[in-house]
Amino acid sequence: MAKILLEMKNITKTFPGVKALDNVNLQVEEGEIHALVGENGAGKSTLMNVLSGIYPYGTYEGDIIYDGQVCRFSNIKDSEKLGIVIIHQELALVPEMTIGENMYLGNECGHKFAINWNKTYSEADKYLKMVGLEESSKVQVKTIGTGKQQLVEIAKALAKKAKLLILDEPTSSLNEEDSRALLDLMLSFKKQGMTMIIITHKLNEVSYVADKITVIRDGTTIETIDNHGSEPVSEERIIKGMVGREMTNRFPKREGVQIGEKEMEISHWTVHHPLYPERKVVDDVSMYVRKGEVVGIYGLMGAGRTELAMSIFGQSYGVNFSGELKLNGKPVKMKKSEADAIRHKIAYVTEDRKGNGLVLSQSIKVNTSLANLGAVSSRTVIDADREYAVAEEYRGKLKIKTPSVEQLVGNLSGGNQQKVLLAKWMFAEPDVLLLDEPTRGIDVGAKYEIYCIINDLAAAGKCVVLISSELPEVLGMSDRIYIMNEAKMVGEMKADEATQENIMALILRSGRGA
Amino acid sequence: MKNKSVSAALKKNAMLIVLVLVYLFFLILTKGGIFSPSSFTELINQNAYVYILGAGMLMCMLTGGNIDLSCGAFVCLLGALGGVFMIVQGMSTGLSILLLLLIGIGYGVGLGFLIAYVHIPPWIATLAGYLAFRGLGTSILSANSVTGSLAPFPTDFQSIFYGRIFPTEKGVFNWPCFLLGLLAAAAVVGLTFRNRQVRLKKGYEADSVASAAGKSGLGAAAILLVTARLAMDGGIPTTLLWVAGIILIYSFITSKTTIGRHFYIVGGNMEAARLSGVNTRRVMFVAYLNMAVLTAIATMTVVARSQSAYADVGKNFEMDAISACVVGGVSASGGAGTVLGMVIGATLIGVINLGMSLISLDANYQRVIKGLVLLAAVVFDILSKKRGK
Repeated sequence: MAKILLEMKNITKTFPGVKALDNVNLQVEEGEIHALVGENGAGKSTLMNVLSGIYPYGTYEGDIIYDGQVCRFSNIKDSEKLGIVIIHQELALVPEMTIGENMYLGNECGHKFAINWNKTYSEADKYLKMVGLEESSKVQVKTIGTGKQQLVEIAKALAKKAKLLILDEPTSSLNEEDSRALLDLMLSFKKQGMTMIIITHKLNEVSYVADKITVIRDGTTIETIDNHGSEPVSEERIIKGMVGREMTNRFPKREGVQIGEKEMEISHWTVHHPLYPERKVVDDVSMYVRKGEVVGIYGLMGAGRTELAMSIFGQSYGVNFSGELKLNGKPVKMKKSEADAIRHKIAYVTEDRKGNGLVLSQSIKVNTSLANLGAVSSRTVIDADREYAVAEEYRGKLKIKTPSVEQLVGNLSGGNQQKVLLAKWMFAEPDVLLLDEPTRGIDVGAKYEIYCIINDLAAAGKCVVLISSELPEVLGMSDRIYIMNEAKMVGEMKADEATQENIMALILRSGRGA
Repeated sequence: MKNKSVSAALKKNAMLIVLVLVYLFFLILTKGGIFSPSSFTELINQNAYVYILGAGMLMCMLTGGNIDLSCGAFVCLLGALGGVFMIVQGMSTGLSILLLLLIGIGYGVGLGFLIAYVHIPPWIATLAGYLAFRGLGTSILSANSVTGSLAPFPTDFQSIFYGRIFPTEKGVFNWPCFLLGLLAAAAVVGLTFRNRQVRLKKGYEADSVASAAGKSGLGAAAILLVTARLAMDGGIPTTLLWVAGIILIYSFITSKTTIGRHFYIVGGNMEAARLSGVNTRRVMFVAYLNMAVLTAIATMTVVARSQSAYADVGKNFEMDAISACVVGGVSASGGAGTVLGMVIGATLIGVINLGMSLISLDANYQRVIKGLVLLAAVVFDILSKKRGK
């Protein structure tokens, strides 16, 4: 048996209110490719952030043993010094700079006060050759494609003298051909003795490159599967490990809700990326929601769910829209305006409550009335008392825990912030609510309360579109489920016929173009 | 509990307390000179443009720490044009005022369009005006006058922007002035208690009688004091009416109307505002249109006071307006700040200026002190917010 290069023992990491990792164990042998698989939010990235020192020693429990030594990294530089280099899912390159400048960013060659550019570029060229890139390192990063940018990231890691390379979803933005080239590159590195950890959702890649597969679910390691046998491990086998969990009472029952007429329907809905107009982020999608119905949209990250929802909401994302939107059976020509969407009684409850949902520096009251300020004012003069009363009403209705509605939203917990966000949109009195990841980053108790609110909305005859990357949540809450992958709608299932296995299988099959 | 509320009240009104302390400091240093009736008139007339431009700058800063660098130079251009209209061309005062306002609106529309719809960063868009307008104004002045300045403005123009209402001789107690003060003071107390009554009737929380009486009483006393002093100096300056009118209007807009709320939301979180249906571009447009119109009004108070238009008029006005906002607690990153805060900030700077010139401090040191006060105010603001968390 080969030497163990890295061992992570009983790693536990808690965020306020959430246990992200719970006694996770990981063993990586020298010279192997180790795959880390699990659903979104299972804790893979958190684990790698612990390993690379982004979460410094002291903020987690457990031990990291690397090359026989216990390590206590206080930042990412410490881990890089030992040759642990992480390549993040989002490319961290500065587009305006050259490849060479990017590769040595923060790690510049030469004297403290004078960068040795000749050395920088000649070294950079050497590493570029190793990853099979023909480009000169003096070329600006923005001029090369994403596939090549990913290779630059790897060259950058090599330049840091990586011994253990961690690749977080390296192929998520690459096409089939580039992905395969990247995986082959990994295999050639392996021959040269490099150790690698790859995080990926694409299970066909896992069985292609990995020697061992560790499955993480809900912050704990489930199992480590050996992929050395004559037969590669089947995807069904991996999926079972990823999703096999018990569900007891995590979702409140919704009973006696009458599902009515189609309220909103879109057909052949296509949206293009705002910066790369040739790229489709939503591709020929058709779907509908009925009154009193909760419709789930499931898909992996980057499947186009948020883009779909935002484009329906007054074309707030994307360019070059095509397709038809019907409300109550009548075609609607909506302007590119969020206010117009609100007038048509559509609400988009964002997945990023801090980034573009709430005004953290303002009070609960101000945030609650924000999307429907007209309702608490007459002739543009705000009736302070009415506004206060509305905020109080929603505080009670949604059980927002706060001493006063004058409290700044920034001081609330994630769950309570999410409720304020919901309050804002409920007060806008929409007929269709597009809920994007409404339970992201909040604890189990608050999740349950949000589910209850969703049920109340459905009972009141509203249409709820529930976008989530948590499969159990989609299964537990929806009447009907749409499945998206790579900008396309790849399937529709009734709640009673959907299972985690067949949804995952559907996505993986469509991902391979089969 | 009581201690806590007292310290909270102190923190909330810290700048006001600083203002009172600085005033007392100069009161001692000038041996009461700063309390003389003419000092009150001076304080108002000298700083009128700071209040007016400050109100405009506040609206810009609320949208996300955006500023207008061009307003000082625009004052110079408008002053020159006003001189040409009234003195060279001999146009009527009313027509000239209308033209100046229209030119202000014209610039505001253009600037607002560039910033809101073409997405030019505000400081760059206004830097162009900063560079161009003074040159333009100066060349207009030198083309129309040998000395490079145009004077004097017609008397009716001056009486609108730099006159007095029901003027009397200095030293003779001006009753209309004091009666107006009484009326204003009574309005402050009356409105406070009426609001309290309404809130109680609807079953909301309201201040205790003592605290309502205290707050409104202090406000009323300040008004009475100021008008009593002004009454000894010939009556209410018309500048005060302009300033008070603008302050009241902008207080109302920022605190009570939906458009005012939108300014705070855009500054607090532009994306959230957009996704909540706020027309963020229109807010940016209105901010800069409004700024240009207020600049036109400020110009008229300034040239009426100096009785002439000259090349240096309006120099550093943009900095004065920004300082007033920042000292008054307007967030440099947007989304927070009140008109009242800006007024206190402007008054504080005005008192320091007046006090320093009364003790005839060297002009260079005056600048040093102004700079330090600005820095101290911001440091104080940031530290007190940190402790608040």
